Amino acid sequence: MSTVLTAADKPTRWARLLDSDVWHSFKHSPTAITASLIALVCVLCALFAQWVAPHNPFDLATLDLSDARLPPSWLEGGSVKYLLGTDDQGRDILSALMYGSRISLFVGLASVALSMLIGVGLGLLSGFAGGAVDGFIMRVCDVMLSFPAILVALLIDGFGRTLFPDAHESLAFAVLVFAIALTGWVQYARTVRGSTMVERNKEYVQAARVIGVAPLRVMFRHVLPNVLGPVLVLATIQIAGAIITEATLSFLGVGVPPTSPSLGTLIRIGQDFLFSGEWWITVFPGLMLVLIALSVNLLGDWLRDALNPRLR
Amino acid sequence: MLAFVLRRLIQAVVVMLTVAFIAFMLFQYVGDPVTNLLGQDATAEQRQQLRADLGLDAPFPVQFVRFVGNALHGEFGLSLRQGRKVSALIVERFPATIELAFSAAVIALLAGVTLGVYTALRRDSFGSQVWMALSLVGVSLPTFLIGILLILVFAVLLKVLPSFGRGDVATVAGWSSGLLTVDGWKHLVLPSLTLSIFQLALIMRLVRAEMLEVLRTDYIKFARARGLSDRAVYFGHALRNTLVPVITITGLQLGALIAYAIITETVFQWPGMGLLFIQAVQFADIPVMAAYLCLTALIFVLINLMVDLLYFAVDPRLRIERVAAAH
Amino acid sequence: MPTPLLEVSHLRVEFPTRRGTLLALDDVSFSIAPGEILGVVGESGAGKSLTGASIIGLLEPPGRIARGEIRLEGERIDNLPPDRMRAVRGRRIGAIFQDPLTSLNPLYTVGRQLVETIQTHLPMDRARARARAVALLKETGIPAAEQRFDHYPHQFSGGMRQRVVIALALAAEPKLIVADEPTTALDVSIQAQIIALLKRLTRQHGAAVMLVTHDMGVIAEASDRVAVMYAGRIVEVGPVQQVIHRPAHPYTVGLMGSIPSMAVEHDRLLQIDGTMPRLNAIPDGCAFNPRCPKAFERCRHDRPDLMAAEATQAACWLVGGERGGA
Repeated sequence: MSTVLTAADKPTRWARLLDSDVWHSFKHSPTAITASLIALVCVLCALFAQWVAPHNPFDLATLDLSDARLPPSWLEGGSVKYLLGTDDQGRDILSALMYGSRISLFVGLASVALSMLIGVGLGLLSGFAGGAVDGFIMRVCDVMLSFPAILVALLIDGFGRTLFPDAHESLAFAVLVFAIALTGWVQYARTVRGSTMVERNKEYVQAARVIGVAPLRVMFRHVLPNVLGPVLVLATIQIAGAIITEATLSFLGVGVPPTSPSLGTLIRIGQDFLFSGEWWITVFPGLMLVLIALSVNLLGDWLRDALNPRLR
Repeated sequence: MLAFVLRRLIQAVVVMLTVAFIAFMLFQYVGDPVTNLLGQDATAEQRQQLRADLGLDAPFPVQFVRFVGNALHGEFGLSLRQGRKVSALIVERFPATIELAFSAAVIALLAGVTLGVYTALRRDSFGSQVWMALSLVGVSLPTFLIGILLILVFAVLLKVLPSFGRGDVATVAGWSSGLLTVDGWKHLVLPSLTLSIFQLALIMRLVRAEMLEVLRTDYIKFARARGLSDRAVYFGHALRNTLVPVITITGLQLGALIAYAIITETVFQWPGMGLLFIQAVQFADIPVMAAYLCLTALIFVLINLMVDLLYFAVDPRLRIERVAAAH
Repeated sequence: MPTPLLEVSHLRVEFPTRRGTLLALDDVSFSIAPGEILGVVGESGAGKSLTGASIIGLLEPPGRIARGEIRLEGERIDNLPPDRMRAVRGRRIGAIFQDPLTSLNPLYTVGRQLVETIQTHLPMDRARARARAVALLKETGIPAAEQRFDHYPHQFSGGMRQRVVIALALAAEPKLIVADEPTTALDVSIQAQIIALLKRLTRQHGAAVMLVTHDMGVIAEASDRVAVMYAGRIVEVGPVQQVIHRPAHPYTVGLMGSIPSMAVEHDRLLQIDGTMPRLNAIPDGCAFNPRCPKAFERCRHDRPDLMAAEATQAACWLVGGERGGA
């Protein structure tokens, strides 16, 4: 029985993860497990929609108008071929859901990623450069924060629309992702700036600068890892928000192009049929949206609680 | 304190000028300013005349100043879509949005604060868990979906409440109000509920989080150690300290209601500024977009200013000078 | 032997965690006589503050009292229902915490906080309560007390704020004050003033004090008796001069020896090798045995209780047991 600890005794990274409080809290939280399972299923369906979905609702050739407005399969008049019913053009709702989720998830994740990039970049710059650069960027942040996200997104999108009236589909997507990204970068910038300023004053950074290490290198190698924690937490908060913002824009008619409908577009189309009794056209896309947003939010909530030592 | 107020005023002016600049860019360079001002049916001579009058070859700053001057008078030209003066359209629609936003604000504040306090004080009770779960759903549900669901339940299935428009309105001193008729109230219920839910959930979670933080402070511990009653500790000390930072944040959030009204108005076809704006975006109706932008910016800036002043009024640490730590 | 004001017997405080139960206080027993100042000294993490928190009934969950009794003037207070305990707090036991900056509610005036405390415990109308509050402020040495009554905490300096805290603790005339590191957050020049004030006022009001601190200088200055804590246990207790000059427990010897003296020249400061064990790694037998220069076989297996030494009581086998002391 040795009393001397050797390097071989040091637990591997994987072992440490399994023993960590985060994993423990996950295992013991039924909501976290359910939420991540749901999220996983949604993501997989969305990713592999082309293979998983029973039909392709956007291939006009496969549509059959005589199958239009069918109720879900468990109701009278429905058919097993179209599990959740069809809309007024004969499109299968279930398949439309999967394709639509794909678009929604894509836009949501892309915009959060872009948001992070812009925000972290500007935050690092602001914190490191200081002075007038910092002042300017912070003013911009203040101004942007005083405007609600939806307004910013609408404006950029509207702007883009008027600038490129006959835009190609990918350009329209790019503008949309950019618009949503601009609603969220400020939080990252502020957090990163704060951490950068703290690190900047630490002695090891000053020492590195004295030796002559390039500031960029110092920024990336030392400051960035310290800042990633809160940034990731922010990202989890923002993903659901980005998905909802995209759905809202599409619902309002100024989001994704009509050739690639997202869940928001589907809901909008469906609203017209509420009063004629064909509720499934709008309710199912709505439920899907809620499911995705909810599970992402739950996961984020759980992650934040697990990473916050004070709440334990 | 005077210095602070001045600084905030200058900031406000800077923000307004920036917004005006963006609106100006929209006006001049996106689309045709002459069309923006005269509408699409203007004759060639009218356009010529206006071009000369406007001095469209005048230097950029001059045009900008003129734009700002016009804006200050509420002059934004004619709507491209409807051919009417933009200012008239906005004035017409303003009361609808304000009443909607105001009702939603009241609901969100009252319910949000109450529930926030309840879920903080009775942290582990079943009721708390239920409300926390509901609040999570509340922030996960997009506003438009809430609206649609409410329409489905109350208008389509139960048929007790109307699902679009404002109903009967009465005009008092130029302000068309839906608050004076029963029908107006009935029409207000679903839209204001829809608009309030997101903010309600947010306020509730904010109040709860803040209150939990406050309950962990030393001064609360000291208050308990002095044997103060639960009521004094929770409602005399903890609540007051919780509300101070919260009230200012919620002030800002509620200002945002004016913008979020865009969505609610679309779902319920509520004839307010938001619906006007969306139609303008869809139609690329620049003058309306520019006017809406400037007006909402003004409202936000004013609310921001008021909230800052409120902070001053409520927190004694900002009002009274600190003592230099000498003895 | 008069009834002690406070009697703590075999107090055991645990913290259940998912990795097992942590024992924070292990069989702690001591008493405080009426009007006496008992110093409780030890390193950070020894359990001093927890003892104080247990006594005023503000132990933070999941910590809980697993065993033992706490008696105030003969009655048990550790098992009282919450509303009865609230009546005890402030009225019979007062508390002073470490940081005066965070102990006072920043949004209320000092006067209001005083009047509120007074009116909670004593039947008085506002005018009389206010008069009493002003008198308390004057007693604690706050100049221009009448005006300062309406000032907010941030308008006072650190030392002044702690005086307000002391006034608040004494407001309802409690018999016992639990003071947890009352001077640690203050400037050194102020510390002496505050300690002197505390000592004077408690004598005047006839209150006993449990003075928790890690600063031996404060103990020497203010206490009548002192208890030395280590790893959740009391290792030595006795009159303050005896503990300082004739300590029996090797840990106390080390503590006293490590205080630099103005009178004697040293090349090196004395230090105790090692560190206090963490709560989940307390050794068997005497908790100090791995670091003790005089440890022998028994120390590693049997835990010593407090035993009478020359002038103090020490939990050490050198004092009692087979290999006895002098």
